[in-house]
Amino acid sequence: MNTNLGLLGKKLGNTQIFTDDGEVQRVTVVEVGPCVVVGKRTPEKHGYSALRIGFGAKRAKSVRKPEAGLYAKLGIEVPEVVRELRLPPEVVEKYEVGQKLSAPEVFRDGMFVDVQGTSKGRGYTGVMKRHNFAGYKATHGAHEYQRHGGSIGMNMTPGRVFKGKKMAGQHGNKTVTVLNLKVAKVMADEGLLLLQGSVPGARGSVVLLRSAAKKKQASA
Amino acid sequence: MSSTTPKIAALEASQLRSVPPFRVGDTVRVHFRIREGEKERVQVFEGVVIRRKNGSARSTFTVRKVSYGVGVERIFPTHSPRIEKIEITARGHVRRARLYYLRELRGKKARLRASRRKGADKVVKEFGVRKK
Repeated sequence: MNTNLGLLGKKLGNTQIFTDDGEVQRVTVVEVGPCVVVGKRTPEKHGYSALRIGFGAKRAKSVRKPEAGLYAKLGIEVPEVVRELRLPPEVVEKYEVGQKLSAPEVFRDGMFVDVQGTSKGRGYTGVMKRHNFAGYKATHGAHEYQRHGGSIGMNMTPGRVFKGKKMAGQHGNKTVTVLNLKVAKVMADEGLLLLQGSVPGARGSVVLLRSAAKKKQASA
Repeated sequence: MSSTTPKIAALEASQLRSVPPFRVGDTVRVHFRIREGEKERVQVFEGVVIRRKNGSARSTFTVRKVSYGVGVERIFPTHSPRIEKIEITARGHVRRARLYYLRELRGKKARLRASRRKGADKVVKEFGVRKK
């Protein structure tokens, strides 16, 4: 499990930048933070430790009354999205409720991050699109079978379809995590982060960025 | 067409460089910095611009030349910091935006008439090769 600090952001889109060498680098632009610590979870009280962070501002119209009360008490604007980040207790201790977090405090140039988002929904999809099946031949007398998946199993033995058999169904609109994307540039003034590579989800969707779990970070 | 958010547009705008006003059909000399191992040197690629692809900082252009009887095309990012300079040596008269038809032509047929557009000579004089 990723127990590194992270922030919420909004995917803005893709573009390219020129590196110092003059090479073209393809990047995804993510608007990161500012996030607010809206709550803490401690082992004593909740049985585990985590930070609750909020991002964005909810439209006044869609704020529910209990929410409004909670955030009025904390003196924080009602965030649009709240996510809980499991973190070791010694990290959680360092942060106060109401504290603001922005990109340069968490991310540096050259760092690796894991990005979690919701992939673009493709609805109920056939096996060719969903699982890259090859389909069936278009000629030689084949008809009404071009995009089918073929056989789904054997005969009396085993007499059933195996679990996990790849078939048609809902494709996309699923939580996807991309590991080890390199931070090409942290643009502190604009609050933007340029990531080398692509990020799940449509433009404008909310993504969670955390320092990479499975990669050793180069020391600062 | 995808619409670009203002923040990305601004990011791209910050990477733009000033580029001489060459068009498709012009003959240009592109001074491109290339790296050979440790050393860096400037290489000149001279040929006809057969395509310009516009897209803010993502713009590119394609230059075609015939080298030892072999057609060579190179795509340059228009705003690449590796381009030292672009000289315009001649302006061609063309009637389309993409000159892919030049690929099928050889020798005398592959020439372009000089452009008679207003101010064409002036651009060549201004951005052309400086004679010693």
